[in-house]
Amino acid sequence: MIYFNNVSKVYNKDSVVLNDVTLTITSGEFVSIVGHSGAGKTTLVKMILADDVPDEGTVFFESINIFKLKDNELTKLRRRIGVVFQDFKLLSNKTAYENIAFAMEAVGKTNQEIESDVPHVLELVDLGDKMFRFPSQMSGGEQQRLAIARAIINQPELIIADEPTGNLDAINTYEIVQILKKINDLGTTVILTTHNRGVVDSINKRVITMEKGKIIRDDNNGKYKI
Amino acid sequence: MLMIELKRIIKNGFVNFTRSGVISWAAVLVVTITLSVITAIILLQAVLHFSLDQIKDKVDVTIYFNVNADENKILSFKESLEKLPEVERVSYISDSEALKLFRERHSNDYPTIAALDEISTNPLGGYLNVKAKEVSQYESISNFLKSDNALVLGSVSIIDKVNYHQNKIVIDRLNNIISGAQKLGFLITLILIIISIIITFNTIRLAIFISKEEIGVMRLVGASKMRVRGPFMIEGAIYGVLSTIITLVLFLPLTIYFGKNMTSFLGINMYDYYISNLFQILVIILLSGVFLGVISSFFAIRKYLNK
Repeated sequence: MIYFNNVSKVYNKDSVVLNDVTLTITSGEFVSIVGHSGAGKTTLVKMILADDVPDEGTVFFESINIFKLKDNELTKLRRRIGVVFQDFKLLSNKTAYENIAFAMEAVGKTNQEIESDVPHVLELVDLGDKMFRFPSQMSGGEQQRLAIARAIINQPELIIADEPTGNLDAINTYEIVQILKKINDLGTTVILTTHNRGVVDSINKRVITMEKGKIIRDDNNGKYKI
Repeated sequence: MLMIELKRIIKNGFVNFTRSGVISWAAVLVVTITLSVITAIILLQAVLHFSLDQIKDKVDVTIYFNVNADENKILSFKESLEKLPEVERVSYISDSEALKLFRERHSNDYPTIAALDEISTNPLGGYLNVKAKEVSQYESISNFLKSDNALVLGSVSIIDKVNYHQNKIVIDRLNNIISGAQKLGFLITLILIIISIIITFNTIRLAIFISKEEIGVMRLVGASKMRVRGPFMIEGAIYGVLSTIITLVLFLPLTIYFGKNMTSFLGINMYDYYISNLFQILVIILLSGVFLGVISSFFAIRKYLNK
């Protein structure tokens, strides 16, 4: 589904972010990418969204060369991917309901679909009673659940979760991981970047370990080893 | 689908405006200042034009005819003058009217009146008052006078004198002052408007800068450029509409004050002028405000969209 071919990215001479990364992720996989801060995890996943550009190499989403896409084609590709960030990246002047509705409007869903699906997905992430709250009126865990609800609302083929538990306590972390596992069980590919040992070990799926921009380990059913 | 999209963009624009609170009103304030500058310039231009028109109106050229010039010749000459494109109007004062006016003017000057009575014939000839459309056109009218054959009766000219040449220096100087004042007025207008536009653009840019991260997020969740940009442009239009209303209301007491206290100084009643031209002023500042808001938003957001 996703193919990185000899991808390199250098910010300046002393800071090589990605160094000749080649990687394949198949449909339906749950892949955890682990490594220290600055190992290149976030840059790697950002490239799938064309939010960052490699200096060398290519990135494919199925047969699509991501960096050859025109603007409107990129918009369409992004609609097939759900994203969850460490800092949630919710729209601060929109309520929980409107944050989800916005993502649905973006893909051209009708008002009826929005009215029936948004409450449903908010119930699913246990935010049914906080529908009309603004992100600033919600806790970190609630905001992250809202971000996940937004990511899954359009039934994407891929979920990218970039350090989704980085700002959360243990209980919220557990909940988020459970939700991601459930999404994966339903057939959606999940790419999770984290440096939380407990999270990775509890998932017990493929683990890619990065260090200084290189993949140093790639284990199916792996554990967190750095 | 397009209609639904448009409705959503408009609705979002309004929601964003109300939720942005202070930032929205700061932008409205700045646009209001810009529109006030434009309105003040419109009113000042009216005063300037009125004053210049008054000065221009005082300038004319008089052609004095010989005492015994044939009136038919004078009238046919008047007709040929009226045909000139530069000429606004020509008024004829016959010799007897000229005498009457002269007597009225000198009614307190006993020796002059007595001398007039003494000679018993009319020593004054008739004359034509020529008014040009523009002060600068007196030169070409004067050239016409020099060349036209209608002036000549046989080999003798019926014209006694033309006061253009006497007044030439004054007319030329006035002409320079008028065109200078207009140029200066235009330059000041241009500079003020450019400064206002730059300030407005930067304020809106700042308002959008605050949302730059959100713009990135909207793009990442798959919103098209228009879907992201549209609500900001609607917000820009709202700034324009609200600022127009505020400006129009603000200028009402101001013009009432100027109308009451400054009419004799300015030459025109500002309040009357404002009210009678309210619709034109409304159209000008509404279009300027909305255009400024929408275009500033359009360009300010461009930087953050290309992600």
